[in-house]
Amino acid sequence: MDKPFAITLDPGSSLANKTGSWRTFRPVYVDRLPPCNAACPAGENIQGWLYHAESGDYEQAWRALTENNPLPAIMGRVCYHPCQGACNRQFVDSAVGINAVERFLGDEAIRHGWAFEKPGKSSGKRVLVVGAGPSGLSAAYHLARQGHAVEIHEAGPMAGGMMRFGIPKYRLPRDVIDAEVRRIVDLGVTLKLDTKVANIAEAMQAGRFDAAFLAVGAHIGKRAFIPAADATRIVDAVSVLRSMEGEEKPMLGRRVVVYGGGNTAIDVARTAKRLGAEEAIIVYRRTREKAPAHDSEIEEALQEGVMVKWLSTIKQAAEGEITIEKMALDDKGFPQPTGEFENLAADSVVLALGQDVDLGLLEGVPGLEVKDGVVQVGPNMMTGHAGIFAGGDMVPSERTVTVAVGHGKKAARHIDAWLAGASYAPPPKHEVATFDKLNPWYYSEAPLQVRPVLDIIRRQSTFEEVVQGLDENNALFEARRCLSCGNCFECDNCYGVCPDNAVIKLGPGKRFRFNYDYCKGCGICVTECPCGAIRMVPEEN
Amino acid sequence: MSFQPVKFYQTGTFTVGNRLLPPEERSVQAQTKRFNSINSGHRACQGCGEALGARYAVDAAMEAANGQLICANATGCLEVFSTPYPETSWQVPWIHSLFGNTAAVATGIAAALKVKQLKGERRDIRVVAQGGDGGTTDIGFGCLSGMFERNDDVLYICYDNGGYMNTGIQRSSATPPAARTATTLAVGDEPGNLFGQGKFVPAIAMAHEIPYVATATVADLRDLEAKVRRAMAIRGARYLHILVPCPLGWGTASHETIRIARLAKETGIFPVFEAEHGELKSVLAIRRPLPVEDYLKPQKRYAHLFAPKARLEVIARLQQLADRNIRRYGLLEGN
Ligand SMILES: Cc1cc2nc3c(=O)[nH]c(=O)nc-3n(C[C@H](O)[C@H](O)[C@H](O)COP(=O)(O)OP(=O)(O)OC[C@H]3O[C@@H](n4cnc5c(N)ncnc54)[C@H](O)[C@@H]3O)c2cc1C
Ligand SMILES: Cc1ncc(C[n+]2csc(CCOP(=O)(O)OP(=O)(O)O)c2C)c(N)n1
Ligand code: SF4
Ligand SMILES: [Mg+2]
Repeated sequence: MDKPFAITLDPGSSLANKTGSWRTFRPVYVDRLPPCNAACPAGENIQGWLYHAESGDYEQAWRALTENNPLPAIMGRVCYHPCQGACNRQFVDSAVGINAVERFLGDEAIRHGWAFEKPGKSSGKRVLVVGAGPSGLSAAYHLARQGHAVEIHEAGPMAGGMMRFGIPKYRLPRDVIDAEVRRIVDLGVTLKLDTKVANIAEAMQAGRFDAAFLAVGAHIGKRAFIPAADATRIVDAVSVLRSMEGEEKPMLGRRVVVYGGGNTAIDVARTAKRLGAEEAIIVYRRTREKAPAHDSEIEEALQEGVMVKWLSTIKQAAEGEITIEKMALDDKGFPQPTGEFENLAADSVVLALGQDVDLGLLEGVPGLEVKDGVVQVGPNMMTGHAGIFAGGDMVPSERTVTVAVGHGKKAARHIDAWLAGASYAPPPKHEVATFDKLNPWYYSEAPLQVRPVLDIIRRQSTFEEVVQGLDENNALFEARRCLSCGNCFECDNCYGVCPDNAVIKLGPGKRFRFNYDYCKGCGICVTECPCGAIRMVPEEN
Repeated sequence: MSFQPVKFYQTGTFTVGNRLLPPEERSVQAQTKRFNSINSGHRACQGCGEALGARYAVDAAMEAANGQLICANATGCLEVFSTPYPETSWQVPWIHSLFGNTAAVATGIAAALKVKQLKGERRDIRVVAQGGDGGTTDIGFGCLSGMFERNDDVLYICYDNGGYMNTGIQRSSATPPAARTATTLAVGDEPGNLFGQGKFVPAIAMAHEIPYVATATVADLRDLEAKVRRAMAIRGARYLHILVPCPLGWGTASHETIRIARLAKETGIFPVFEAEHGELKSVLAIRRPLPVEDYLKPQKRYAHLFAPKARLEVIARLQQLADRNIRRYGLLEGN
């Protein structure tokens, strides 16, 4: 033995001691569903694309975004962003400005001319899409990428549907619609304008289509009976907004009364102001809180000088004047007439009371079910008639661009499967990464970046876009406010906080792995993971 | 604050690393090739704060010394769980002293290295001494004070878990008031450790006017690493006192170790600061002020303050101590 005095054994490493055997629970990496993604009607992987935007890779972010939604520059302007209502950051300071970043990415894509990847091999199947609104465009995009030959038949002279013939320019400039539509057409989609489908069965037969997706929207303005003198101008909001796209602007007069409390009412009133009306007054039978219009839009309208008579109905219209009756809410919150009247000067009355669907093209199609004026579809977006699918405003829905886009995507997946004689089963959803799963300590203080707004004078007299975009600095900052809920963003916390060195760092983009030989199952990594991407599970034995 | 915090980048410098930060701005612990000075397979309890604090501190010292480091280690949990003969977790030259003489052993090593360097036999090798609060504030205190007073070139690191944990959780002079230990049971009129006893060695170290004194916790890695780096850039006697929660002794869940350390700092119970030559230089400010209950409640060693009936007057006294820290060190300033 040639060891020093009193030494009998060679030094050994504690690695011989596999402390993993102590464990009763083990940590596992998980991907939870971020609440924003869960709330997105278009099924966007918001956290996923923000992740790329955070590192400044905007093109990758845009590609990740457009996996699900081909219209980011449009969405970034008109989407009512339920994602932000669900965003976990609202419990830290305020929700991430997802919509603003989406718009930034959409505008970047237009600026740089980023194009979609061309579809792979052709399926040999032909699909007819009726209507070039958001739902039809979305379906066409996904179907084309799946390799199907897609033809869109659009009754109008331009694509976009209500995005073009409803939503005013000051919220959605037309070159944005043009650019995003062109990119879809460039995928190889055939867009036939001024092509109204009068009968779906005939159109499918004539074009030898294997399946059809209907997205004709809801364009017939609802009427209300108002006793009126012959001379009174009563028009409907959708027609007014549609005529804004033509050569001749609508003649509404100096004093315009708009009847209704939805976004369409707001848009018409704001349009009337811009057309030169001295007064644009909205008459609505319930309260501001109860109005279906989004509060931010009501606010913007009020800023521009639009006036509102809440809790009022129109009793009658005479020449140059209308009579309104004051309402009061009853115990159940319903408006009831009070018998109190008021006269308002009015050159025209615009009805914005909602829209009905023109179902003419479906005449004689067997199996179809229509309820409450809209076409019924199954969970796969197929109507009662095999091979005919439908989505957007013409089916039961919240009637937003985002829902329409989501319907288009969902329908495309089911049509794709149906054409192959199969059925599409969506992958199981991960558990939602609720706020209690996060460790908010780790996120740095970062105030919301607010989009600049056009000055009020120009908002009252021009159709220039009201809400402007973020610049690159702000957009990057905003993207980095994302907490990355439920999905590892490689902050190295687990790797650092393990008292047992039992976390292996795999390198950039590769995340981490547990070394279960030594992990004692203390759970510190789980508690200290900022974004809730680790879970403890009981050991089997 | 001892380091320049990164203001934003999603998590700034709160997390261990951050994929958005340039590599040189990430922590030592974020590196794939960190030293792992205390390796896997050690026998510390699940969630041991001391094992974690030791790797944080010694890895940072190794990085600062380019791996040219010798550690002396007092008897205590850290020594016992890391080196059951013949195995060791240490990946650094390491010597086990006695319970009470680590500071003296480290002084001796530093002196020997100095001689060797003068003779041209050795390059510059740095020395760290480390021990628990018992080994530091009680039995080792004479040796430590001597090391300070002579300004020996040693960084002394005390891992404060508030008691003699290795021998069964007995009281030390660093056990906080009201805490239950095996020798301060939760019985009688004044259950748990008495108020008005014990000592806070960082303040005593400052009174020695040594070049550098700092406190840290395992909840603020960037701060801890910056302090080790600062200490290693200085010659002479340096003292770093790290609060390391002990799940077994404090009666906390093993996954809560870092959270508890954070609460100690955020409530003002444990002041985190640094001092040079006896003068306070910076504090790690409280980010989100909290009442002491938030810190006390999750710990079974304070269970008698909440059941069978709440001892509000005791909690109030602890709050006064925290408030005094906040005042004395200015813990709410610089926010
Ligand atoms: C004024 C107004 C403002 C709005 N603002 C917003 C907003 O800010 N955000 C939001 O999310 N939503 C908004 N909406 C709702 C949104 O525009 C619609 O929910 C969405 O456009 C519906 O999409 P769609 O594809 O189902 O139908 P549409 O957009 O209505 O498109 C249907 C298309 O089908 C065509 N078509 C109809 N019949 C035929 C036929 N027989 N043959 C061929 N083509 C046909 C139409 O010409 C049209 O182009 C607004 C709506 C209005 C009216
Ligand atoms: C002179 C002497 N007295 C008593 C002991 C027994 N002993 C070993 S470790 C220890 C307590 C260590 O407490 P601390 O220094 O706080 O370290 P911890 O275990 O808490 O980390 C004691 C009393 C000893 N080893 N030597
Ligand atoms: S913080 Fe990010 S991932 Fe979480 S909900 Fe908000 S946007 Fe989505
Ligand atoms: Mg101790």
